[in-house]
Amino acid sequence: MTDKPQKEIKPGAITQPPQEGGEFFDAVGAPQHWLVKPKTIRWMWILGIAILAFTTWLGTTAHPHAQFGIEGSIGFYSWYGFIACVAMVLFAKFLGLFLSKKDTYYDQ
Amino acid sequence: MTSDVLISPSFILIVGALFLPMFWGWARSALILILPLVTLGCIWQVGDGVQMTVQFLDYQLELVEGSNLSRIFATIFAIMAFAGGLFALNQDRVIELVAAFAYAGSAIGVALAGDLITVFMYWELMAVGSTIVLWSAGTLASGKAAMRYALVHLFGGVVLMVGVVAYIQDTGSIDFTLMGANSFATWMILIGFLINTGAPPLSAWLPDAYPEASWSGTVFLSAFTTKTAVYVLLVGFAGEQILIWIGVYMIFYGIVYALLENDMRRILSYSIVNQVGFMVVGAGIGTEMAINGAASHAFTHIIYKALLLMSAGSVMYMTGGLRKCTDLGGLFRSMPLTTIAGIIGALAISSFPWTSGFVSKSMTSQASYDEGLMIVWFCLMAASAGVFLHAGIKFPWFVFFQKDSGQRPKDPPWNMKLAMVIFAFLCIWLGVQPGPLYEMLPYPTDYEPYTAAHTYEMLQLLLYSGLAFFVLLPLMKRKLTITLDFDWFYRKFAVDIASSLAETTSKIIGGFTWIKDNLVNATIDIATHHHNPRGILARTTPAGIMVFWVVVVLLVYLVMYLFI
Repeated sequence: MTDKPQKEIKPGAITQPPQEGGEFFDAVGAPQHWLVKPKTIRWMWILGIAILAFTTWLGTTAHPHAQFGIEGSIGFYSWYGFIACVAMVLFAKFLGLFLSKKDTYYDQ
Repeated sequence: MTSDVLISPSFILIVGALFLPMFWGWARSALILILPLVTLGCIWQVGDGVQMTVQFLDYQLELVEGSNLSRIFATIFAIMAFAGGLFALNQDRVIELVAAFAYAGSAIGVALAGDLITVFMYWELMAVGSTIVLWSAGTLASGKAAMRYALVHLFGGVVLMVGVVAYIQDTGSIDFTLMGANSFATWMILIGFLINTGAPPLSAWLPDAYPEASWSGTVFLSAFTTKTAVYVLLVGFAGEQILIWIGVYMIFYGIVYALLENDMRRILSYSIVNQVGFMVVGAGIGTEMAINGAASHAFTHIIYKALLLMSAGSVMYMTGGLRKCTDLGGLFRSMPLTTIAGIIGALAISSFPWTSGFVSKSMTSQASYDEGLMIVWFCLMAASAGVFLHAGIKFPWFVFFQKDSGQRPKDPPWNMKLAMVIFAFLCIWLGVQPGPLYEMLPYPTDYEPYTAAHTYEMLQLLLYSGLAFFVLLPLMKRKLTITLDFDWFYRKFAVDIASSLAETTSKIIGGFTWIKDNLVNATIDIATHHHNPRGILARTTPAGIMVFWVVVVLLVYLVMYLFI
């Protein structure tokens, strides 16, 4: 889950560039926080997926009056939420192709 | 001047702010905390109807007029001034606090104004106050951003002024009440109001300006301008259809731009436009439920947005000004309280059940559902998931988690922590106990947010949005980029046009100069040629030649006389 730290970070914070500490040590050489250990992250994924399945099931237990057709389909809020987000991210990336510039763009 | 209240609540903050520089140390801190509280007490003394009038030229200005709608906005503005002041106690530049309090006082002035002239007066005062807050950050970038910010708002002020004058001309009334966009005057007023909400096409002023303020200044800026604009829309233009679509645009604009952004405070600025979009939709729907939704959403939004910006401000304060996601990450290790505050604010903005956003934003989507506005409702549902995506997870993830940046800043000083704790508490408390908030709303409501169906719906939307975030994480990786927006037209295009115009003009002028020089030189040459000492028109000739010619002429005459 952790990305590779960038080579150039804020100078002065630490004496050497942060190393990928692996399982045991973080960027400043201290023992790795339990929250970011691969084992914890794996368990969080498992737990997260279980919660997702559980909420979708919960959604089927309540039966509100569906006014807008498709809204009554099984797990509507689950798949609609997921697809809407994927669509928004892809649209943003597409827009970024044209509109993204270096953050020094206006300084020149 | 007639008055049923002792003093206009807005005066306390505006005039009180001017005394801040005269005090030092604990006395100033005490004044910073007391002024908003006294203001809040006075706001609650304002009854319904016109409470304070003053004669100005031929008009009777209604400086203070109370209603449920105006009181709920004035109340949250005063609460915000208090928490913002508490957060900013360590701010060395007292000018920022003076401006921020005058700005907050003016926002309260707008919320309590009963006529258009008073609205306009406070409106302009807000523009001045907020510009000074921005400028007082003291950096080159903030100075430039303050200039651009001032230009947009002065333009908005002029449009509003045109509208107000035309409206008074048309109707002869200065009363600020429901008007609807049905004439040139009311359209101008509407456009003037919309510029301050961050509506298209000028939305860019907000994410351009707010992130450039100081660590404490942005907290103030996030609260007042856009929410007073929502207030005046609710009063003057509730039910105006076009607002629904403007609001929907703002909602998605905020999400898409925030997804591409790298600066943590600019992410939050885009999400202000996004959230205000929900309120503008509410104003556009205009039913009692929708107006209640927009008003309560403004109330809760000020709290959680300030909380988010406080946690971002704390990160900046403790890291010496870091604000880019690419420089941050892993801060949860050393800033536990700031992390938790940021997460609570992020959950509230995403309207997670048991937070304040859930009990307020739901009313707007419910209103669109009740009115049978299918497309709007689908948009709002998608946007609810999108809020979690662009602010709810993105902000805490990139700032406090993601990679380990090696930064180990501590939590900020006690006053900043206390401000965050108070607002984090309010986010949860209003979510669990929405009763007191609902009682303040403009219309009586029996809305029940916590039905099983609604709670499960929202949980599904949000959690699956979270899944989408982590599945698409490689696409979300931050780079050192900005995203071009409408401000490109006045920051780049207009500048390029102006400089190329200057170049062309100087070329044309150069051409004229060349022609001028050559013309003058040619004239001088000709003149010199004929008039120089040897020139044909200027040289002197000897007297003998003259006599000779006279003799010749006489001879010719003689010949002609004799023979013709």
